Amino acid sequence: MSEPILTIEHLTKQFDGRTVLDDVSFSVQEGEVIVIVGQSGCGKSTLLRCINALEEIQGGEIRLRGQPISGNAGKLAEIRQKIGMVFQNYELFPHLNVLDNILLAPVKVQKRNKNEVREEALALLERVGLKDRAESFPRQLSGGQKQRVAIVRALCMHPDILLFDEVTAALDPEMVREVLDVILGLAEDGKTMLIVTHEMQFARAVADRILLIDGGGICEEGTPEEFFGAPKTERAKAFLKTFSFERKIRKEGMKVPAEE
Amino acid sequence: MPDLGIEVIWKGKNLARLLGGLAAALRISLISVAVSIVLGIFVGILMTWKNPVSRAITRCYLEIVRIMPQLVLLFLVYFGTTRAFGWNLSGEAASVIVFSFWGTAEMGDLVRGAIISIPRHQYESAAALGLMPSDVYRYIVLPQSVRRLIPLSINLITRMIKTTSLVLMIGVVEVLKVAQQIIEANRMSSPNAAFGVYLFVFLLYFAACWPVSLLARYLEKKWG
Amino acid sequence: MNWDFIREYIPLYREAALLTVRLGLMGIVFSILTGLVCTVIRYYRIPVLRQIASVYIEISRNTPLLIQLFFIYYGLPKIGIRTDPAACGVAGLTFLGGGYMAEAFRSGIEAVDRIQTESALSLGFTGGQTLRYVVLPQALSISMPAFMANVIFLLKETSVFSAVSLMDLMFTAKDLIGLYYETTECLFLLVVFYLLILLPVSLLGSLFERRLRYAGFGN
Repeated sequence: MSEPILTIEHLTKQFDGRTVLDDVSFSVQEGEVIVIVGQSGCGKSTLLRCINALEEIQGGEIRLRGQPISGNAGKLAEIRQKIGMVFQNYELFPHLNVLDNILLAPVKVQKRNKNEVREEALALLERVGLKDRAESFPRQLSGGQKQRVAIVRALCMHPDILLFDEVTAALDPEMVREVLDVILGLAEDGKTMLIVTHEMQFARAVADRILLIDGGGICEEGTPEEFFGAPKTERAKAFLKTFSFERKIRKEGMKVPAEE
Repeated sequence: MPDLGIEVIWKGKNLARLLGGLAAALRISLISVAVSIVLGIFVGILMTWKNPVSRAITRCYLEIVRIMPQLVLLFLVYFGTTRAFGWNLSGEAASVIVFSFWGTAEMGDLVRGAIISIPRHQYESAAALGLMPSDVYRYIVLPQSVRRLIPLSINLITRMIKTTSLVLMIGVVEVLKVAQQIIEANRMSSPNAAFGVYLFVFLLYFAACWPVSLLARYLEKKWG
Repeated sequence: MNWDFIREYIPLYREAALLTVRLGLMGIVFSILTGLVCTVIRYYRIPVLRQIASVYIEISRNTPLLIQLFFIYYGLPKIGIRTDPAACGVAGLTFLGGGYMAEAFRSGIEAVDRIQTESALSLGFTGGQTLRYVVLPQALSISMPAFMANVIFLLKETSVFSAVSLMDLMFTAKDLIGLYYETTECLFLLVVFYLLILLPVSLLGSLFERRLRYAGFGN
């Protein structure tokens, strides 16, 4: 096995003395797609925010290609350029149009040639089906369109790894698919990704590996087939059960046709 | 230490006179605030009516008050009424009229803002629960608007107190006038009295306004 | 209405109005600068300066301009700081306006979601770049209505300039009333000239506000 891109060792995160993540360790290989699932409030979003140093951590170490992220304030801006992050509520900059949203960081932060970046941005926009919206402002786009722009904005920085934080949670159901299709495409390109999501069908399709976080730690880990087909722990079984529905009692004479 | 003229304040009845001047200013502002709050609630409700006539009138009223400096309004009432109706208004009466006229418009706008800030679905969900329209106002709309309103109307008090300093310009005896008299009377014995006395008046106004501002901010944070 | 009187004294009022506008604009420009300095100091939480800025803002917002002018014009010369009436007017307006502008800018900055900053940081922007490219452009647009309200407020406040013997509109009106007793005409001219100054600014303000509402920042 080659050197992992991202390693997390004994990560501990507390909010006001309350432990949210407790001794979490795992690593991400080049080209690997990892989906992180868990109940709301289990700390999976916090985990992503720690990786991008948006949260201070109280213990352990996070390294990107061997370079420590925590306690490296001087190089933080530089490291963050290599970590792309897409947020639940898009967080496009409302005062800039789509193209400027994408160009701002490559031009101002990475000091790249504006025309080159523009060409790349337009090609990426075309790929996600938004080339004709390059001059639009965020407020003129639907949620799904904004989220696709946010993904392009992250991609244009040429990150080593992409973090997706519940990127479809704020979307209307009919827009979820257009965003998830883009992410699936990125997986097929071999991009390294860490995805937090509640969409189990999608997780099953996109993931190389699934991590279930519960009680502040990783309580189950495996391929999608293992995780969904034969969960090992009780907690994983209980978690998966929350996604299935079953009516136990039906009134007399109101049986659905299938049961007759 | 150079003579800063501060000792003049402690001489004779000077301190009592200055505080008396402040009391006069506070009296004008408190009466005006009281009138403004009562009338402002009516004007505010009027402002939310869809009727185009009441809308146009309240709108004009608010714009006039907003655009004219209070001092101009003060001049209009103080000098203008004498001329137009032959009234001989005292400066204090003219001040109360002008500040109430101004405060009512400002208060009305605050009331209007508080009422329309209650989202539609609050009315709808209350109605869906079977509450009578009067109950909707009593249990749902009013408690929510009042909480928004109280800090803002307290802010109006500080603005009113600051504005009362203007009454000097139409000859009402308040803090500044008393200060001028004291400085004049002590011209020989302490030539630098202007520094100490005006500094004291400055601090006096700050002491009157600041606690009220803090209270408004505290309530805004607590209920915001 | 004595139209001949009005015609005769229009030039006098025009002079006075120009003085009001000139000093008012200078005061507003210096207020903006003062406000921006305070805002940057408070944004970066610079020790000591930050406390000074906060104390200044509280004092400037909780005392009337008239008292500030009296202190500057009559009080300060006693400790050797002498100003002519015009400089005193501008200084007073700046002292008052700086606090108000600082508050307007601060509330604009606070209105920009914290996660917008995080989103910029995650793209690799430094703190300074985030302020310059992401936070400030949004904050300034958001504070535009409060800013315009302050401009109108400060222009109105210039009406007390006559207290430090500046020959502004109020001074002119009061002077002429005392001289000729043509009260109605004098007050009429006073109102008209204030409308000429303030109406355009007020219209501009509501125009800005409407455009901003149309722009509908946020999601």
